Amino acid sequence: MARNFEFLVALLLAASIFCDAAIFNPISNSHRSAALELFTPADGSLKSLEETFEALRTFEVLGIDKKSGIKSYTCSAVVDTLWSPSSALKDLFQALRVNGILNCELNDEAFSGIASRLKDSVNNANTLLDFYYSIGSLKLIKDQTAYVDVHLEDADGVFRAIKALSQSDGRWRFSSNNPESSTYAAGIALETLAGVVSLASHEIDQSLIDTLKKDILKLFDGVERYDDGSCYFDEKLVDAQGNQGPVSASSSIIRGLTTFATSTSESLDLPGDRVLCLAKFFLGIGIPGNFRDLYHQIDALASLENNRVSVPLILSLPSSVLSVTRKDQLKVRVNTVLGSAGPPLSVKLMQIFTSGSKDASIIDQELKFDPETKLHILDALPENVDIGKYTFTFEILLHDSEHKKIYATGGRTKVSIYVTGVVNIDQAEIVILDSDLGSVETKKRLDLTGEETIALSANHLQKLRLTLELTTPFGHAFKPHQAFLRLRHESGVEHVFLVGNSGKKFETILDFLGLVEKFFYLSGRYDIQLTVGDSVMENSFLQPLGHLELDLPDAPEKAARPPPQPIDAYSKYGPKAEITHIFRSPEKRPPTELSFAFLGLVLLPLVGFLIGLLLLRVNLRNFPSATLPALFAISFHIGIGAILSLYMIFWLKLDLFMTLKALGVLGIFLMFTGHRTLSHLASTSAKLKAA
Amino acid sequence: MARSSTAKDAQALLHSLRSAYAATPTNLKIIDLYIIFAVSTALIQVVYMALVGSFPFNSFLSGVLSCVGTAVLAVCLRIQVNKENKEFKDLPPERAFADFVLSNLVLHLVIMNFLG
Repeated sequence: MARNFEFLVALLLAASIFCDAAIFNPISNSHRSAALELFTPADGSLKSLEETFEALRTFEVLGIDKKSGIKSYTCSAVVDTLWSPSSALKDLFQALRVNGILNCELNDEAFSGIASRLKDSVNNANTLLDFYYSIGSLKLIKDQTAYVDVHLEDADGVFRAIKALSQSDGRWRFSSNNPESSTYAAGIALETLAGVVSLASHEIDQSLIDTLKKDILKLFDGVERYDDGSCYFDEKLVDAQGNQGPVSASSSIIRGLTTFATSTSESLDLPGDRVLCLAKFFLGIGIPGNFRDLYHQIDALASLENNRVSVPLILSLPSSVLSVTRKDQLKVRVNTVLGSAGPPLSVKLMQIFTSGSKDASIIDQELKFDPETKLHILDALPENVDIGKYTFTFEILLHDSEHKKIYATGGRTKVSIYVTGVVNIDQAEIVILDSDLGSVETKKRLDLTGEETIALSANHLQKLRLTLELTTPFGHAFKPHQAFLRLRHESGVEHVFLVGNSGKKFETILDFLGLVEKFFYLSGRYDIQLTVGDSVMENSFLQPLGHLELDLPDAPEKAARPPPQPIDAYSKYGPKAEITHIFRSPEKRPPTELSFAFLGLVLLPLVGFLIGLLLLRVNLRNFPSATLPALFAISFHIGIGAILSLYMIFWLKLDLFMTLKALGVLGIFLMFTGHRTLSHLASTSAKLKAA
Repeated sequence: MARSSTAKDAQALLHSLRSAYAATPTNLKIIDLYIIFAVSTALIQVVYMALVGSFPFNSFLSGVLSCVGTAVLAVCLRIQVNKENKEFKDLPPERAFADFVLSNLVLHLVIMNFLG
């Protein structure tokens, strides 16, 4: 029994290398709200018919009804395009696509007019896009009205012409001039060829279809894979139209493939898991941020929803975290990609892997189906499932063997599950030991609820020992992801120690004698904090326990200083200390009475001068008596007086420049009058001398 | 004896000075008086500064310098106007006076600027 178990383990281990456990969820309401957000145009009208079609198609698939708002002006644009004789092929194609959803009022006359134009363009087409638009438009007309003849006479010829653009690796070129091939073009080509087949008036040559099937298989050989079980087609060609990237390329391939399968009603020998992995890719990209990618995603998934190749079935879990305390049950859902119900089936839990170890246990238990909630439920987890992280392997079994050809289940699906629970913490205590003897000095029980705090004291010759026991709800040993003991000094310096374990017992011993240097010789009060935590532990905690008065010897001179603690960033921007200005003490001024006394004293010499002049009997005899010279003499004195008063005003109010300007004016005046006066005086005294 | 002779000599000296001075022309006496007035003003300012300290030093300098400057210019005027001075025989006294006025005006402009 044990040997079989080991053998199976080895086998399953080999199988486990390939896939990572990832959950893919089908389309949900978040896609609907994203679609509404992305497609709501800012200015009230969408820019082109192509974008309108993408929006309408997305809303149609997601079940959102927004047609009424845009129907009126869109329909008028559609009608204009279809009636106008100069519309390009591309515009006709987009208009017909929009009409297919909106059903604008168009009569058969419009269709027949276009149909003849399109048939001509089919015969004249030479690039892939020309074929695509014309054949596509004809197919749309065929779907929208029964009264117009759209059949192709030379369907074989058209088929060959399109096939001529293909490459050996399964990709297609856009035109014969352009040697670069594109995956997106391959999808378009398949869609076009499917259209040719459905429009052919007589049967297409079977050999052509067989060669095409081989090409499709070759195309699928070039698919790129991710580890989590999804695959996609990459686009190497950089296209100015914006069709680049895996989303649009893969979407176009899926569209082409499914329309081809529908129109030829041939069975493609494509392995079911190819379609399933493409579906997983589209579900795995989440919600794209731009509307083009969202349209491609939704359109591709809609094509996969019921197609004739194989319909993918997606296994998803509403919740991957199960709590032992709440007695959660494991619930699984199987839907199609758009979220609708799958065929009758049952889900079996095959194995459970414990992550981090190589063990796997074989379960092989069927989940019970609840028809009301449409969920498959496991009543109780197997006994050996304790708290932790696991990988569960599920298998989908279809009830009807015919469905195996229609649906793709993907074999075994792996899912990561977290089982959480409350961890029991027992026997928590702190002990202070005397180092050599090991005798217990202080022993304190720890209260981890935070109500009591402990106060300990120790010196550098002692040791501190913390012990606790951790057990899972089922009684097994539990090793948490984090178990730390933190000592923080009052100055802010912190030290963290790991709490190691052996089985259930966790213990750490701090020998202060050896830690003296690490603690930077800082004595004083240390706050103790214990942290125990894990992602599956529902009662992880970070608990301050109390404080420890630690007495360490003084630091020798060469000891390392404790690292500077970071300054509180906000205090840098807080108010700074008040600055007290120290002013220069003003100069001592004399008392005002003294100043006034001296003012009087200074004026005394002037008085003395005037008295002296009187004593000298000065006279103004030389003052000219004739009018003109007298005038000049008076003006001279006035000029001097004016300049002196200008100086007074300068001292009181003016600045030097204004003074100099005024002085210039007055100076010229003074010069003139002075010259006249003094020359007159000089001539007078010269006359006197001569006489 | 010597003391009384020196006192008498000093008296005799002063007397002769006074009589000699009386002979000077009036305009020179006016100029001398002006000089005495300017210098005494300067002295009073210096005494004031000695009493109260030189805090606005520029004002003190400006005041003293104006007095001293104008005294110096007056001395120059006296030299030029004095008829007994042979050097300035050809210089008309009005011209000297005009120079005196002009220089005084410039001096007082500078003084006013420096007064503060």
